[in-house]
Amino acid sequence: MPGFGLTLGYTMLYLSLVVLIPLSATFIRSLDLGFGHFWTVVSAPRVLASLRLSFGAALLAAGVNSVFGLVIAWVLVRYAFPGKRLIDAMVDLPFALPTAVAGIALTALYTPNGWLGRLLLPLGIEVAFKPLGVVIALIFIGLPFVVRTLQPVLEELDRDVEQAAATLGASERQTFTRVILPALWPASLTGFALAFARAVGEYGSVIFIAGNMPMRSEIAPLLIITKLEQYDYAGATAIAVVMLVLSFALMLGINALQGWAVTRHGGR
Amino acid sequence: MTASEPGVVANYTIPAVRPASGPDPRQGFRWSRLGLILVALAFLTVFLLLPLVVVFAQGLSKGVSAYLKAITDPMAWASIKLTLWVAAIAVPTNVVFGVAAAWAITKFEFRGKSALITLIDLPFAVSPVIAGLAYILLFGARGWFGPYLQEHDIHVVFAVPGIVLATVFVTFPFVARELIPVMQALGKEDEETALSLGAGGFQTFWHVTLPNIRWGLLYGVLLCNARAMGEFGAVSVVSGHIRGLTNTMPLHVEILYNEYNYAAAFAVASLLALLALLTLAGKSILEWRQPELRDGARLLRERL
Repeated sequence: MPGFGLTLGYTMLYLSLVVLIPLSATFIRSLDLGFGHFWTVVSAPRVLASLRLSFGAALLAAGVNSVFGLVIAWVLVRYAFPGKRLIDAMVDLPFALPTAVAGIALTALYTPNGWLGRLLLPLGIEVAFKPLGVVIALIFIGLPFVVRTLQPVLEELDRDVEQAAATLGASERQTFTRVILPALWPASLTGFALAFARAVGEYGSVIFIAGNMPMRSEIAPLLIITKLEQYDYAGATAIAVVMLVLSFALMLGINALQGWAVTRHGGR
Repeated sequence: MTASEPGVVANYTIPAVRPASGPDPRQGFRWSRLGLILVALAFLTVFLLLPLVVVFAQGLSKGVSAYLKAITDPMAWASIKLTLWVAAIAVPTNVVFGVAAAWAITKFEFRGKSALITLIDLPFAVSPVIAGLAYILLFGARGWFGPYLQEHDIHVVFAVPGIVLATVFVTFPFVARELIPVMQALGKEDEETALSLGAGGFQTFWHVTLPNIRWGLLYGVLLCNARAMGEFGAVSVVSGHIRGLTNTMPLHVEILYNEYNYAAAFAVASLLALLALLTLAGKSILEWRQPELRDGARLLRERL
């Protein structure tokens, strides 16, 4: 088979130029800071607050998506109802809709006179320009990751096992918690991790609805941009490196999970 | 499993012959089914349908003529043209890369293959804002190549090349990720036959491989293009927001929105929403033709 040198060489060259060199540059530039300065930047209260919000809101959103994503995947795989194919296609909307559009749309919905904000206001729930708004935007962004990870696993789930459980006298709830859930949870964990990873770095859909108050509703990617606009390259780079290290650790975790899930299911 | 335990089979009572007074298990099943469908529909309505509908409703809130005015405004046009240009460069660049990477990964065995696949996925795990920052650190005035670029009067950052680079970065994995599982599933027998009959390498690719992978390739291009036209974070960092020059459509939406020109912002946004709907429609059609495209990512991890 010809073309090994050409295709692999081009792949490595392009990968290096577009991805590896720019990312390494970020790491190398952060070394210029020295550990002391780096620590001062990263441990500043405003930076810590933004990292806490980015990671905390992403965690919460991924959790909400894990629950409702499972319900949606279950309904799409197991039940027949009118409009199912259309709804199935709609699940990918957050992949296809530009994040800035999602951001202004969600803001319009949740402001006090928006379609949903108007309903939530009497209940005392404020979403727009509050940390809760960040969570809402991240739920939007992360949903397809959970649904699309669970769907194929649910499709392949052996229904004979469920029938066997029912035959043996298991209730519906027992069948779900003892038979279905154990088979699903590796995929569920993967979906959670993917949604979380995406949400941590998200910018476009969040900044419109967040209100961007320092210490309260300012996400870490926005703080990077703020520092860049103030020509504080060192500060921006330091925050970026912290986020990169945490994200890479997460990605390694996802890969390990995947490997573990595959061995557990006997090379499925 | 149950067959080997006759005692268990003997204990089995068929639900249908339960006394009529007892609860029918299927009744409970139907209720839970209806409940779950309603929960799923409610969640999707609030989180997906309403945001989509509100874009068009707000865009048309000042009437059709205001809508048309907003999308035919010269600045809007400039942003539409720039967005199309950027996608027209970034998507083909990533197609060439995706085909090369998929060829190397699926036709040959080499050490570090799975590490290479992980590296190709890397841009998915990096915040778009950090991608933009990385290019500023390389090509900005105070970046590694900044002095050299200034000396030769080459503008990368805060100019169109920077926007293209940032877009290439965020859309980097799309085509490769779709093609690798498709080409893996096809194997290499067809190519080997063509080669043994005397066809050259490029001839084999063009006449044998390309027709086989065309749907997978189109699928990757579709997703890559949607992201390329809609990218906001990475482009926002490197663009410099120069009106009429370095504003893509998402950036133009942001500017209009921040100027409290909501109807115009949503009008331009509705064009991007239409693009998203077209992408979803195209994607569904391709999945209907080739159901295995959908499982691309899963196939990839299982086979390698």
